[in-house]
Amino acid sequence: MTTSERELKALMLAGQGGDAAAHRRLLERLSQHLRAYYKRKLASFGKGAMEAEDLVQEALLAIHIQRHSYDPAELLTPWVHAIARYKLIDFLRRSRTSRADVPIDEADDIMANDDHVATENSYDIRRLIEKLPRNMQYAIGAVKLEGLSVAEAARRYQLSEPAIKVSIHRGLKALANLIAKEVKT
Amino acid sequence: MKTDELVTALSRHLEPVDRGLIRRTVGFALAVAIVGALCVAALWLGVRTDFVTAHAAAFLIAKLAFAVTVIGVASVYLMRLSRPGGELGMPSFWAFVPFAAIILLAAASLGSAPSSHWNRMILGDEWLECLLSIPVIAIVPFAVLVWAVRKAAPTNLVRTGAFTGLVAGGTSALAYALHCTDDSLPFIAAWYGGTILLCTIAGAVLAPRLLRW
Repeated sequence: MTTSERELKALMLAGQGGDAAAHRRLLERLSQHLRAYYKRKLASFGKGAMEAEDLVQEALLAIHIQRHSYDPAELLTPWVHAIARYKLIDFLRRSRTSRADVPIDEADDIMANDDHVATENSYDIRRLIEKLPRNMQYAIGAVKLEGLSVAEAARRYQLSEPAIKVSIHRGLKALANLIAKEVKT
Repeated sequence: MKTDELVTALSRHLEPVDRGLIRRTVGFALAVAIVGALCVAALWLGVRTDFVTAHAAAFLIAKLAFAVTVIGVASVYLMRLSRPGGELGMPSFWAFVPFAAIILLAAASLGSAPSSHWNRMILGDEWLECLLSIPVIAIVPFAVLVWAVRKAAPTNLVRTGAFTGLVAGGTSALAYALHCTDDSLPFIAAWYGGTILLCTIAGAVLAPRLLRW
């Protein structure tokens, strides 16, 4: 087992338990690996850094939303790789490049390199959040963007705390679908 | 929004996750699928009433055992496949074992009977009813299982779909067995095995559209 697998898995387990700092560290490190992975993969399809950054954000959102699906009995690297590759194939299919063109790669490819040079991406998540149903917009805006606690957000919008939590969860899923529709060309 | 802003936003006020959610959701869907299939079969086709005789009871048990084995093995695979990366390092070998076993038993049964009986042993009275009923009864279990599996974010959609179809087909065969009065091993191999295979193929074909997340 590599050091990065051990470290990232520890961060993931802490994040699953609700440790925000560990989750942040995990997403930061994964975003560098994902960026290097997507830049390398997309180069062979004539796509550049902007599309790679689009995919980095899509994959990070998916990893965040689906983090309950990581089974601690398994290695983390293959789980991350499976999501990254799934998003890559989905992206290429949406942009009408056939799936058969994606060469098979190893799970370790995803952790092979990292890339700190973040570029602009093509869509703006803030603008897409404005297209969500009102409660989801409020909940994500207050808690995830402004940084209010769930209790404060609930008070501000006269909603229950569970309603805020559900709205955040559903809103992020809806956001992922909006991004998929946005990135079609 | 830049990627580092997204990371910051996602990690604010993080909620702990429920690691057992997927196991419970898929398990619940499997239970609903079995109960649903039994209800549809019982209400639509009715239950055979002759299983008091030893011969009928033995075949009822054989059919149920075949269906339960198919469901048991396939749902272990499905539980794994439904998660991202679950398809890795997992040969599907064991899923074929119940089918190989019933085919061997059917062959042995045919071998010990005169060839003039073969036609009757394979076709039974109601091969057409079996051929149509098992895929139709499988629709409800398939829908329930798709709903559950989708929540777990599978990444190999074709394979996950095939196993969803396999479990749904097994569930349907289990329910149909309560009605079916064709008591021969070649009949079970051909029509139970064949229709479950049909459900598996249908699952693999439909899955890329149904299971996308």
